[in-house]
Amino acid sequence: MSYKIGIDVGSTTLKTVVLGNDGRIIEKSYQRHFSRVREMTLTHILSLEHILRGHPLKVAVTGSAGLGISKDSGLEFVQEVFATAGAVKKTVPETDVVVELGGEDAKIIFLGGTLEERMNGTCAGGTGAFIDQMATLLNVTADELDQLSLKAEKIYPIASRCGVFAKSDIQPLLNQGARKEDIAASIFQAVVEQTIAGLAQGRRIAGNVLFLGGPLSFSRGLQKQFVKTLGLPVRNAVFPALAPYFVALGSAYYAQSLSEDYALTFDELISRLREAPSQTGGLSCRKPLFENEEEYGAFKSRHAAMTADFGDIESYSGKAYLGVDAGSTTTKLVLLGCDGAILYRHYVSNGGNPLPVIKEQLENIYRLCAGRIEISSSAVTGYGEELMRAAFGIDLGIVETVAHYTAARHFDPLVDFIIDIGGQDIKCFQIRDGAVDSVILNEACSSGCGSFIETFAKGLGYSAEQFAQLALFAKAPVDLGTRCTVFMNSSVKQAQKDGATPADISAGLAVSVIKNALYKVIRARSAGELGEHIVVQGGTFLNDAVLRAFEQELEKNVTRLAIAELMGAYGAALYARENETGQSSLISPKELHAFTHKAVAATCGRCTNRCSLTVNTFADGGRFISGNKCERGAGAEKASSLPNMMRRQYEQLISYPLKGGERLRVGIPLVLNMYENLPFWSAFFVELGCEVILSGESSRELYMKGQHTIASDTVCYPAKLVHGHIEELAEKNVDVIFYPCMTYNFDEGISDNCYNCPVVAYYPESIAANALSNKAPRFLYPHLSLSDERFFASRIYSVLKDIIPGLTKSQVRAAAKAGYRQYASYRRDILAAGEEALEYAEKNGARVIMMACRPYHADPEVNHGLDKLLTSLGFVIVTDSSVALSGGKRRHNVLNQWTYHARMYNAARIAAGYDNMEMVQLVSFGCGLDAVTSDEIKDILRASGKLYTQLKIDEINNLGAVKIRLRSLKAAMEEREAITSAG
Amino acid sequence: MRDNDNVIIKPPFTEEMKKEYTILIPDMLSFHFDLVVGVMAQHGYRMEVLKTSHRNIVEEGLKSVHNDTCYPALLVIGQFIDALKSGNYDINKTALLITQTGGGCRASNYIYLLRKALEKNGFGHIPVLSLNFSGLEKEYSVPLSFKMVVKLIFAIIYADFIMGVYNQCLPYEQNPGESLRLVKEWNARLLSQMSGPSFVRAKKNYKAILRDFAAIKRVKSDKIRVGIVGEIYLKFSPLGNNGLEDYLVSEGAEVINSGLLDFIMYCVYNNIYDKKLYGKGGLGYAANCLAMRYLKARRREMIAAIKGHGEFAPPSDFSKVISAAGDYLDHGVKMGEGWLLTAEMLELIHSGCNNIVSAQPFGCLPNHIVAKGMIRKIKDRYPDSNIVAVDYDPGASRINQENRLRLMLANAKLNGERREETATQKETGTAEVAV
Repeated sequence: MSYKIGIDVGSTTLKTVVLGNDGRIIEKSYQRHFSRVREMTLTHILSLEHILRGHPLKVAVTGSAGLGISKDSGLEFVQEVFATAGAVKKTVPETDVVVELGGEDAKIIFLGGTLEERMNGTCAGGTGAFIDQMATLLNVTADELDQLSLKAEKIYPIASRCGVFAKSDIQPLLNQGARKEDIAASIFQAVVEQTIAGLAQGRRIAGNVLFLGGPLSFSRGLQKQFVKTLGLPVRNAVFPALAPYFVALGSAYYAQSLSEDYALTFDELISRLREAPSQTGGLSCRKPLFENEEEYGAFKSRHAAMTADFGDIESYSGKAYLGVDAGSTTTKLVLLGCDGAILYRHYVSNGGNPLPVIKEQLENIYRLCAGRIEISSSAVTGYGEELMRAAFGIDLGIVETVAHYTAARHFDPLVDFIIDIGGQDIKCFQIRDGAVDSVILNEACSSGCGSFIETFAKGLGYSAEQFAQLALFAKAPVDLGTRCTVFMNSSVKQAQKDGATPADISAGLAVSVIKNALYKVIRARSAGELGEHIVVQGGTFLNDAVLRAFEQELEKNVTRLAIAELMGAYGAALYARENETGQSSLISPKELHAFTHKAVAATCGRCTNRCSLTVNTFADGGRFISGNKCERGAGAEKASSLPNMMRRQYEQLISYPLKGGERLRVGIPLVLNMYENLPFWSAFFVELGCEVILSGESSRELYMKGQHTIASDTVCYPAKLVHGHIEELAEKNVDVIFYPCMTYNFDEGISDNCYNCPVVAYYPESIAANALSNKAPRFLYPHLSLSDERFFASRIYSVLKDIIPGLTKSQVRAAAKAGYRQYASYRRDILAAGEEALEYAEKNGARVIMMACRPYHADPEVNHGLDKLLTSLGFVIVTDSSVALSGGKRRHNVLNQWTYHARMYNAARIAAGYDNMEMVQLVSFGCGLDAVTSDEIKDILRASGKLYTQLKIDEINNLGAVKIRLRSLKAAMEEREAITSAG
Repeated sequence: MRDNDNVIIKPPFTEEMKKEYTILIPDMLSFHFDLVVGVMAQHGYRMEVLKTSHRNIVEEGLKSVHNDTCYPALLVIGQFIDALKSGNYDINKTALLITQTGGGCRASNYIYLLRKALEKNGFGHIPVLSLNFSGLEKEYSVPLSFKMVVKLIFAIIYADFIMGVYNQCLPYEQNPGESLRLVKEWNARLLSQMSGPSFVRAKKNYKAILRDFAAIKRVKSDKIRVGIVGEIYLKFSPLGNNGLEDYLVSEGAEVINSGLLDFIMYCVYNNIYDKKLYGKGGLGYAANCLAMRYLKARRREMIAAIKGHGEFAPPSDFSKVISAAGDYLDHGVKMGEGWLLTAEMLELIHSGCNNIVSAQPFGCLPNHIVAKGMIRKIKDRYPDSNIVAVDYDPGASRINQENRLRLMLANAKLNGERREETATQKETGTAEVAV
């Protein structure tokens, strides 16, 4: 007989189980391996010598990082899901479904009925890693996060597509002052939803559910959310004590099944592990950041020369100016003297709650000022701008772009390009003729790169500084890709498997962050395109490895100031100095002493957006409401009445009569192609004497209803919403659900062909295959085209003749006629309204935003009410669908064969002709076609000196980042107008 | 260079340039492309398939195209730019060739993205040629005579045929490399045949090829059979799918890959089916019907030859492939690989191969529907089907992909064992007492 050892080497942890002669567990362990996979495995096995020596040992390795060990050492490997299934069948055979969350992968195994094993797609990776990162963001340990979550009162909607997106929703919540308890629970809820959305794929998670893996066994908050969301009775939700060890156990059982020929002695096992050659063959590496100390020395001293003036706060007297940069993860303060010397500065990670940080700092500053120094003006910038102004009476609020440019210009008047990489965001500004010419901000996918390095360092047991130092002389920096931090995390796992050292990983991460910024965010053609005088700033650039990687990639030296991380605050302070108003409204020392703050979560009920609000109340009774998208959430009686074509399109769409008679009750989901074609179909069916029943308004709740039937987790949000609409229609009393496949759209004469995108064209097929239960009404999804009226009539007749009793060809012809008529009148009305909107803007001197978007972006749940945000900023909104189609078939540098794309290109050319108009393109995450359109639109706009702004939208509900971007756009427009009128 | 409308001026490819220029084509299916290049050479074109695979291809791709563009575009363009920068080609005597399907998928845009990328990298003067059957880019397409088309079709059919038997020999060969050597030998023989007037001696060739491959010494062993379906580039290109075929073979599997002809027939079929859905008839319709009949007949010829020989499994009759999709989705789904992808999964299952890898670019639009969107329905009807969808992307790590493939292989093994058990149980009649 022999002992059986199961070794599970996951992405973050090492688990082992030893089974004795009788098959019972005699030893088990769970520990983090800090990327030192081989070393830790060997050390652990050595520590078990007293148990293992003298017994024949059969060993099997499993886990994502285990594969490498197995290959190198020749030990048997078993795939982890397979191993888990084996262990479950053996020990908890009554299980129907297994949910296992690890550091990197999520898995679901369906055991009842047909066996099905699923692993998360690449995009949704990093469950445990995500929780770790979120804990770091909140400045708590994973345990504390769990404790916090149990005291939650409210769950915020948080994007469940992936960890990066979820973080984009969480970050602004923190900045708005939401309670940590609520955020903690919301984080767990996001994990639950991500697991269900990504893995259930139409199969219900029900029956006896066994929950496995580290996060699920250590976090009671996560357990709670899972049980609640799945609606499991307590007895059916099983959280075994062995949960973290199950995979290792399965691996040990696998070892048990091996023949005795596989048995090793203890010494043999040790030598296999010890002598396993570390294969780095699969790694793709790049050249080191620095060849030698000398090179680094030169680099160091070149950058050290870029310093600011400092003054002594202890001896200074007179006026001073305060600048605050309330960033997403950090808070920065600078106090300037009259002469521009820095009297005081502070940079601190705000741990998710910036208010106490500022309070403490202000107290400190007042104490140091000691009556000698008078703060005569103050300014704040960044995410937390509004909250800070409300809380502390800071005089001025400025847009980040302006703050950063003000600071950079102070040091290098010729600066023409500024790149700021902070913890969460990447911001770039191009300066032309002394004004911000274009602003480039990362979209959600690229966010969090900066803080990722920091979190990752902590995970490996290094401080951010130590980790950065390691990178400098790494011999073979590994290539970790650039798509997003979730992908990078997974690449790190690969690198670990291939034996990369922490130093190589650190250097690789630095390079990845830079490449992400250059090629994904900026889309730079060449280094020269950026500019001649490049200033870099933001906390992430304090990392020398990142700075070096940037210079290497550009093949050019750039300027990093010694106060790179404080530039926003410095700029704000300069701005405060330039815009001194006399009496400062900044909170007095006495008021500050009495300052208290309470945050309460609430939901705005004033419109269907149902914004999650955070109501901050201060000691003086002052209130600040955040999280609102329009003025009404903040208490204003009326929303802006500026023309808003996005809203108008939506309202017009649902304004048509739906009841034509009792002949058939036709359910139509208001989704995708229906946002263009509903006027057609409603008239068509009404004319036929049918009643059209629309699915309800899109909402988060509606989305959740259909979430479990989504087949592909990377499809766009508008498509994901279809599932909810279908569920809703199925509950209504309808005879059929009608949702045709439309390969082609209307030919509007401005493109070479008139395709819809594959998703708009064929999503009904995916619905038919995944989303309809046996009880659902009949689903009609014929392939139709509306471009040829006569052919359409005969084709639809053949589709409907067996469904509508007594249907005649002439009825169908008349109905088709009515459909075309109503569609034409819809288009006419929208175009006329667009025209009016433009006239209104002209007459009232209002600025206009031309939205390049697809018709279904008019859905308030898809655009998250950002149209209201725009009107509240004073913009009139027109869309590409509401402006005249002109110019016939224009030539482009892309294949112009999609109807919606042609409208966007057309609109871009129109926007280029108006002085008071800028274009904003809405892009749904996952829209591969917009990768094509966005470059072309940018090209068209650039050629006529216009700005290009892209907003990526998804489930992410929080518009914090969008707001900053749109305000920057507004600031840039104002600045340009000022220059034009001055010139 | 751009004109007054800010549109890139496309450098022409003239008859004279044919003599001096080397035309580069991206790698996808080496057996096929080698034959195609050979045929084109017979008509005066000097073409070269890029066989590069180093990391810089991805780097150039990332720099030159929008990073959310699909992975095949990024690789194809990256491979071109990498080659042009390598110094191995006289950039004043080089042209590029790319295929276009012209459907509603973004892949139709590759040629435009390529031109933009060339401009961006200072190669705006390099002519780009399109190879397509849909009349796009007329002035910039390779002019195809009837004879050339027939020869190219034959090149593809032969390559499909050879790939099919090669895949069935490779995992079992006793002397490694023997099958590949045979492929090369036959490539040369077929090309020399095709330069003469009598290139369509298909039946005779089939026989000879089968005889030669059957003579390869093979180890008799039970391998897991794995079918590969997917987005066409990733299905075939080792550069795109991280050497998927080699990986599967090294893990003890036999790979089944339907050929390129299926995709061509799919395109032709779509043009025919359009008449039903959209009433588009006319000359094109008649021509497509004719082409379909011709291609189907060629396929049947091939099947008959393999069946007649008896040692290898033939590909499916295309009529069967067409009808396989019927219960799952409409043949109107014609963007990207459309209904063909679903049909191929089903045909694999019908022919006894339950293990399937669907290789797709991360975020591929048609695949949301025709691949991932259909898996559940297939699984419901065929509980033993064992399908794994693998995403490919510049940032997707190999370990992530391999881990999913391993799960598929482990299940395949388990299913195989289970089937054997049931088989033995049935034979010995012990099914009832087994539990």
